[in-house]
Amino acid sequence: MWGIMRQRAACKAYHALNLEQGIRAIALRAFSSSAKQMTVRDALNSALDEEMSADPKVFIMGEEVGEYQGAYKISKGLLDKYGPERVVDTPITEAGFAGIGVGAAYYGLRPVIEFMTFNFSMQAIDHIINSAAKSNYMSAGQISVPIVFRGPNGAAAGVGAQHSQCYAAWYGAIPGLKVLAPYSSEDARGLLKAAIRDPDPVVFLENELLYGESFPISDEVLDSSFSLPIGKAKIEREGKDVTITAFSKMVGYALQAADILAKEGINAEVINLRTIRPLDRSTINSSVRKTNRLVTVEEGFPQHGVGAEICATVVEDSFEYLDAPVERIAGADVPMPYAANLERMAVPQVEDIVRAAKRACYRSR
Amino acid sequence: MACSATTRIIHNPLAISSSRSAEKSDFSCKILSPSSFWGSASLGKKLLSVNKAISPISRRSATVVAVSDVVKEKKLKSSSSVSNLLITKEEGLVLYEDMVLGRAFEDMCAQMYYRGKMFGFVHLYNGQEAVSTGFIKLLKKEDCVVSTYRDHVHALSKGVPARQVMSELFGKTTGCCRGQGGSMHMFSKEHNVLGGFAFIGEGIPVATGAAFTSKYKREVLKEDCDEVTLAFFGDGTCNNGQFFECLNMAALWKLPIVFVVENNLWAIGMSHLRATSDPEIWKKGPAFGMPGVHVDGMDVLKVREVAIEAVGRARRGEGPTLVECETYRFRGHSLADPDELRDPAEKAHYATRDPITALKKYILENKLASEAELKAIEKKIDEVVEDSVEFADKSPVPARSQLLENVFADPRGFGIGPDGKYRCEDPKFTEGTAQV
Repeated sequence: MWGIMRQRAACKAYHALNLEQGIRAIALRAFSSSAKQMTVRDALNSALDEEMSADPKVFIMGEEVGEYQGAYKISKGLLDKYGPERVVDTPITEAGFAGIGVGAAYYGLRPVIEFMTFNFSMQAIDHIINSAAKSNYMSAGQISVPIVFRGPNGAAAGVGAQHSQCYAAWYGAIPGLKVLAPYSSEDARGLLKAAIRDPDPVVFLENELLYGESFPISDEVLDSSFSLPIGKAKIEREGKDVTITAFSKMVGYALQAADILAKEGINAEVINLRTIRPLDRSTINSSVRKTNRLVTVEEGFPQHGVGAEICATVVEDSFEYLDAPVERIAGADVPMPYAANLERMAVPQVEDIVRAAKRACYRSR
Repeated sequence: MACSATTRIIHNPLAISSSRSAEKSDFSCKILSPSSFWGSASLGKKLLSVNKAISPISRRSATVVAVSDVVKEKKLKSSSSVSNLLITKEEGLVLYEDMVLGRAFEDMCAQMYYRGKMFGFVHLYNGQEAVSTGFIKLLKKEDCVVSTYRDHVHALSKGVPARQVMSELFGKTTGCCRGQGGSMHMFSKEHNVLGGFAFIGEGIPVATGAAFTSKYKREVLKEDCDEVTLAFFGDGTCNNGQFFECLNMAALWKLPIVFVVENNLWAIGMSHLRATSDPEIWKKGPAFGMPGVHVDGMDVLKVREVAIEAVGRARRGEGPTLVECETYRFRGHSLADPDELRDPAEKAHYATRDPITALKKYILENKLASEAELKAIEKKIDEVVEDSVEFADKSPVPARSQLLENVFADPRGFGIGPDGKYRCEDPKFTEGTAQV
C-alpha cells in the first residue's frame, strides 16, 4: 500500500516537462494559431503537478485520484510521478477523509482534498466548516489550516437532482473560508496555485462541463510561478451600458450574451468574479457606478444566492448610481430535473441573460 | 443497573493464533466475576485474558500483537517485591499531582460557573482523571492530543498552564485561545492540543489526519518522526459513522494513533446500553484489524500499563489500537444537566472507586511516599488553581478590535507567494491581466 517514493531525479526534469506540456497543447490543436490553447483539465493538472513538485508537503487525497487517474482525469499521471503516499486513494468516506485532511493540515501538511462532486461534500460539510473554516478563529491564530477542497460543482448534463447543486452560496457565507470559482484555463491554473499556496482553507469550485473546453493561454500563464490573486475579480469585457456579473460556466454564457447585446447597441461589461469569498465588492461597485445597471448571473438556487449578496452590496454602496433595479438570473427554484428539455429550462441560458440585460436597460418590449 | 451482570474482561483477540496459547490457557482461563473486578482493592496486578472459543480475527496478521498479551509477558517475567510495583516514586507523584490538578480545577470550574464567571456549555471531567493522566503523561511534547468538548483536563495533562485554561473559560484575552474558543475549543499549538471539538466524532478524523501527517513526515519527507496521536472520545461517539470510517482508514494505512474510548456509560441522558447494539466497544477494533482492549478506567495504573503498550505500538509503526476505558463521570453531562436519569446507587458505587483515592491508597500502602508529601501536593495544587482564578479574574476582556481578527491567516486574500511574502506586497505581482 505504501510503495516506494519516486526518485526525485524524475521531478527535476519537471521544468522541461512544463514547456513540453505547453507545446504539446499546441501540437494537439487541429488548426495552427499563434496563441497556445489549453483545456481547463490540463490547466488544473499542470497546476497540481507544479505545486506538488515545488512543495513536498502537498498531497492529494480523494476517491479515484490515484489509479483511476482521477474521476474526471484531473489528477492524471500524478500517481506515477509522486507515488501512492502523495496521491492517496481513499475508501468512500467523505467525512473521514475530509477530516483526515483537516487534521493533516493542522499538524503541518498541505492537503488537496478532492470531492468527486461537491454534492458529496455535504457528507463532509461539518469538517469543511467546523474544523477547517472556524479553526483559525477558535484557536486565535495558533492553528491555520492550509487545505484545499476541490471538485466539480454545479450542474452537469442530465445527472439529476442529487448531482447538480451549486454550492457557491452555501460556502460563500462562511467566515474563514475562501471560495474560488474559476472559468478559463488561466483562471484554473492561477487560482488553483494560489489556493494551494494559501494558508487558509479554500473551497475550489470547478465545473465539469468546462473541463474539456480549451482557452487561449499566454506564456506568462504557463510559468510555474504564475498565480492569480484571491479576492480579485476580472473584467472580461469592458462596456458602458450594463454590468453583468457571473462566475464559472456562466461567464461563457454572459460573454455570448454580451456579443448578442452588442449587435443591438447595448455595450455590456462582463465581470468574471473568480472569487466568491472574499467577494470583490470594489470591482463590482466601480463597474456599476460606471454603467448604472446590473445583472447578476449564477447557476445555483435563487434564494440566498450569490446574486442576492451582490445585489445587497450594490444597494448598500452604490444606490444613488443605480438607474434600474438589479436583475437577478439564477437557476430555477426547483431540484434539477432529469429530462433534457426541463433541465435546459432549469439552468440560465444565453437568451435569459440577454432578456434581463434588456430589461435593465428599459429596452424590453 | 443492567450492565452489572456482564463481566469485564480484557480480550486478546489473537489468543488462538499465538504460539503461546498453550501455556496461557493454564494461566488465564479465569473469568473475572463482577465483584472481583469492580471494587478491587489491589490495583494493577490483575490483567487477565481469556481465550475465547472462536476468534474470527485469528486468521489476520500474526504480526499484530495484542496489548494485554505483551503486558502479561512482562508481569510473568517480573520477580519480587520492588520490581513488582508498576511505578516509581517520581512517577507516582507525577500521576497523583496531575489527577489532583484535574479534579481541583474542575471543581473550581463548577464553583465559578455558579458564580456567573463562566458561561455557556461547560463539561466537567470529574471521575475520569485516570484516563487522561494514564495516557497523556506518557507523551512527548510533539505528540498530539485531540479531544471533545470535555477537554479541560486533557489540555491540563498535556501541559497547557492552568492559568491559560481558566482565562479561556472566563473569556479573557489571556486565555489559550484569547477567549475566542471557550470551554469546548481548547487549542494549543505549543503543546499540540489540536482541539476541543463540540461535535462528537469530529475530532476522530482530525486525529487520524495528524497521525497521517506523522507517517507522511517519516515516509515522504524522510524526517525522523515517531509522533503519536491520541484521540479521546466517548461511548456515544462509537455509534457515529466517522468513528468507523477512521478505524478503517487508520488500520488500512497503519497510522500511529491510539483511539481512546472514555466509556462513562452515559451520553447526556442516553444510556450506552440503550443506544448500542453490542455495548462492548473494544470488539469493534478487531473487526477493523486492530487490537481492541478493555481496561478499568478508574485505575490509573492499569490504564497506564495499557497505554504504554498502545503508544509503544504506534511509535514503532505497528499501527492503531482501540482502547476502551470503563470510567464514570461524577457530575452531570454538563453544568446545565440536572442529571436525573442516572441511578444514585450507580453513582455511589463508582464514587467508592474514585481514581485519586485509589492511587493515594496504592502509594501509601506500597510506601512510595508519605502522607505528608501527598498533602503537600494537594496544597500546591490548591494554590495553583486559586492563582489561576485570580489571574483570570484580573485579566482583561478581549478588545473590540479582536472581533474581526484571526478569521484568516492571510486576511488580504491574495495568498502567499513563492518567496513566502504576501503576494500583494510584491510589486511585480500579476493582476491577471495577461494579454491573450
